[in-house]
Amino acid sequence: MATIPSPHTFRGGIHPAYNKALAAAAPIRELPLPARLTVPMSQHLGAPAKPVVKVGDTVAGGQLIAEAAGFISAPVHAPAAGKVVALEETLTASGRTCAAVVIETAPEQVWQPLPTFPEWRFTDAKQLIDHIGAAGVVGMGGAGFPTRVKLSPPSDKPIDTVILNGAECEPYLTSDHRMMLEHAAEIRIGAEIIRHILGARSLRIAIEDNKPDAIAAMEKAFQDTDGDVAVTVLRTSYPQGSEKQQIFSVTGREVPRGGLPMDVGCVVENVSTAFAVFDAVVNGRPLVRRVITVTGDAITQPANLLAPCGTLYSDLVAACGGMAGQAAKVISGGPMMGFAVSSLAVPTGKTASGLLLLSPKKISDFSSQACIACGRCVDACPMRLSPAELSQCIEADDIDGAEPLALMDCIECGSCAFVCPARRPLVHHMRRGKTVVMARRAAAKKTP
Amino acid sequence: MKPDAPSDLLIISSSPHAHCGESVTRIMLDVVIALMPAFAMSLWLFQWQALRLAGVCVATCLLTEWLCRRAMRRASSLSDGSAVITGLLLAFNLPPALPTWMAVAGSVFAIAVAKQVFGGLGYNPFNPALAGRAFMLISFTGAMTTWSRSPWIQKVAYAAGSATTQATETAVDALTAATPLGFAKEALKAGAPMPLFSDLGLLKDFFLGNVNGCIGETSAAALLLGAAYLLIRRVITWHIPVAYLATVFVYAAILHLVMPGASLPPHVHLLSGGLLLGAFFMATDMVTSPLTRRGMLVFGVGCGVITMLIRTVKTGAYPEGVSFAILIMNAFTPLINRATRNRVFGTKKECARS
Amino acid sequence: MDPITTSTLCIGGIGLASAAALAVAEKYLSVPQDPRIGKVTEMLPGANCGGCGYAGCADYARAIVSGHAECNLCAPGGPACAQAIAAFLGRAAAAMERRVAIVLCCGDDTEALRRAAYNGITDCSAAQATAGGDKGCTYGCLGYGSCGRVCPVNAIRIVNGIAKVDKALCIACGKCVAACPRKLIKLVPAAAEIHVLCSSKDKGPAVKKVCGTGCIGCRICTKLADGAINMDGFLAVVDYAKPLTNEETVAKCPGHCIRKDAPASTPNS
Repeated sequence: MATIPSPHTFRGGIHPAYNKALAAAAPIRELPLPARLTVPMSQHLGAPAKPVVKVGDTVAGGQLIAEAAGFISAPVHAPAAGKVVALEETLTASGRTCAAVVIETAPEQVWQPLPTFPEWRFTDAKQLIDHIGAAGVVGMGGAGFPTRVKLSPPSDKPIDTVILNGAECEPYLTSDHRMMLEHAAEIRIGAEIIRHILGARSLRIAIEDNKPDAIAAMEKAFQDTDGDVAVTVLRTSYPQGSEKQQIFSVTGREVPRGGLPMDVGCVVENVSTAFAVFDAVVNGRPLVRRVITVTGDAITQPANLLAPCGTLYSDLVAACGGMAGQAAKVISGGPMMGFAVSSLAVPTGKTASGLLLLSPKKISDFSSQACIACGRCVDACPMRLSPAELSQCIEADDIDGAEPLALMDCIECGSCAFVCPARRPLVHHMRRGKTVVMARRAAAKKTP
Repeated sequence: MKPDAPSDLLIISSSPHAHCGESVTRIMLDVVIALMPAFAMSLWLFQWQALRLAGVCVATCLLTEWLCRRAMRRASSLSDGSAVITGLLLAFNLPPALPTWMAVAGSVFAIAVAKQVFGGLGYNPFNPALAGRAFMLISFTGAMTTWSRSPWIQKVAYAAGSATTQATETAVDALTAATPLGFAKEALKAGAPMPLFSDLGLLKDFFLGNVNGCIGETSAAALLLGAAYLLIRRVITWHIPVAYLATVFVYAAILHLVMPGASLPPHVHLLSGGLLLGAFFMATDMVTSPLTRRGMLVFGVGCGVITMLIRTVKTGAYPEGVSFAILIMNAFTPLINRATRNRVFGTKKECARS
Repeated sequence: MDPITTSTLCIGGIGLASAAALAVAEKYLSVPQDPRIGKVTEMLPGANCGGCGYAGCADYARAIVSGHAECNLCAPGGPACAQAIAAFLGRAAAAMERRVAIVLCCGDDTEALRRAAYNGITDCSAAQATAGGDKGCTYGCLGYGSCGRVCPVNAIRIVNGIAKVDKALCIACGKCVAACPRKLIKLVPAAAEIHVLCSSKDKGPAVKKVCGTGCIGCRICTKLADGAINMDGFLAVVDYAKPLTNEETVAKCPGHCIRKDAPASTPNS
């Protein structure tokens, strides 16, 4: 086991003010069980889960309440015991609505565990994968990709390196940091399970150099792990936590355009996902709760809360002493890629790792100024695109001109808009352009 | 009846929800600050003329921009500060005795025709100050190439006591005194030997600005000070100025090696004319220069080559080539941008696993 | 020869040579085209709006003459144009009535709530993609003008935060219908004067929370409209195939979302 500085780092990127000190020292605190949980059916990438309970049903904690709807989907389990009181539409962080199962939690909690696999080292990978899928484990770094699918690459894409993503490059957020400090041992087991399933040779734990205590904790936890294991210390730069950029920083390999990490023999999993894998395999716990960093300069007591999925944002804010002054923006996730929400009546899910409340002082409005071609966005883009030219094309509705400029390669990290002196809503333009391209492709598929 | 509205609405917008704090106005302010040393020098050297020209140009630029925006029914853009810079840079490119009305005409052209007609800041293909200067050079050639003798400028005969230089001087209109480059061009055309500028005392004059020229371009020291400020503040990067100046130096050095009698030494080329002003303040104009670092280098080299061509070709009409060189390269910027885009992440030929 | 003569001969010579070349090209290199296409193109209004589904009037004329398209697809040209073309080509003209676009929402900023302060691109699709839009009603008009920007005849204005189509100017090309991310705009017969200006499928109490002038699903209008208004869940929808003249529907609607168009000379209000 070694600690190595990362041999490469991606070109581009930005260095925003991190403001992690607000919550980094706060140990993970369990939120008292809310009276009501609005459990969304869509907490993952892919088709929303289909409810298998009716209004009036009594459910135990951990019980299956919705099954996966297709291959790219995941089941949903009850975060706590109680009674199903409604099946209704709920607002989500992205602004869309989705179906939700509303549970009134019972004062006496009953738990229904899934099967466990204590001898996972000797268990067939397929069994473990199916179990992880049945436990509803999805990528907890933000995208929510069903882990079962990620751990089943096709046989012509062998995996030689598993990378554990402990970068947490978004400003303000500290949930992964605290997980690494407080649950390093469990994360290690989870990582080993993932390595075992994929049959990978190497295991790398990628952490940015602004978290020396987490690096030390992970070093200690992985000390006597056998095989090619190392903690790779990444240069702190946003977006070091982005999959493609991280793979490059750790291994020097570039994921090909339109491709996936498995095309270069890698699989990246967030440290919290590794913990969820451990919890599912060793403890028989489905994924029903996660640590969320509630922070910002408009919250009284920033904290890292362990909250069940389905907790409303208003409950989280209340558990942190309420708002401090007026919040101008409430963001689900981090400031660079998170969603600004219009109300606090939004439930948490498996993926969002942060709730950010920002006062008017910390807000910067977008403007409708023209691009002055300063080139800072071109320097900042980690995918080496030209956001200046792309945004000018899209603004002029010239999507045909934007597509050849690699519009679809944009990862929407926000580095370009962060540096733009003209305060142009660059990511908004990119999203708009991408939506038009995808609509055109869908329409083209329909017509012969 | 409208339902009761909640008192505080949250702001919704696309990500990102953080910003580095930079703004166009801040950048423009930095450029104005960087121009202050050169402006101070121009006030000291040319006194009232410098103040008059700078004031007229800046005021006319601001007024023209305001009127144009109103006529176009667009929001006023005065607050971004770019009109102030255009005015200052245009003034710096004018000879001290230029009539006021010509300065007004040039400023109106620079803002209305070279900038607002295209849509304002960000849409102009050419550097507005240089476009204004080119317009004036072609329309008011006489006035634009007349440098009156200032009591502060003593050295008219640049090679002290040399008979050939006397001849060069009398070849020029007795009422005007040419710039160093002007002298050199005349000598080249007349087939006379180059005036000798290598005297150290003379070089000091070049450096500090004690020579004839446009009000803002004479003092190399002041310009370099401003350029250092811009580089430290990261308003400009080194690519364009270094590429431009290095190209000029190399070109002049080769020429001087090959034809020592018929060319100026490279360090004189660097210090004379509007080269330093052009390389640090005009060629680096963001809107009209390329986006990528590679493109900026190409741009700088192009400017250097064209500048030297204009300056040294025997049959050329102009002693100074910086303005036209930069304008010509501005026209090539879109092409340079297309040719020098970064390689998109993930498009390496050997992208597959190693 | 002096310069003036030389110049004259040169330029004149080039001109004559070019004219001769053009004449030869016209005779030997011309592409045969049905002469009727040119005539039909002239008969069409020349707006090149694309409402017929073809790339401009000349393209549509080509399709008509070759028999691939009917004569009555041109909304700006209207029935007069369709009949003229049909008569010219010796075909029977199908019936055609003038249509106009209408924005089925009357919840402007004096009546409908905004649930957030939107900061971003002034475009309805962009606003919709940002937290589902800043309007309290998730079905209502966002008012950022995407429809107005694609209108080739500037028939759409934003009044008090919602879009309004000027019936007199509208040529029913359909571009605004496609541009609206909430699919609020419909093409309806120009002769129809009474409309339900609401698209909210929410139940009554939910509608009232976010808009003072939305359809609450009370069904009063269905009883007065003699089959011309039907319910789609909790929303009243006009069936434009049936005549609707009973002005009581306008008067008795509790939400005041059923409106009658103003007389033809003024834009609908």
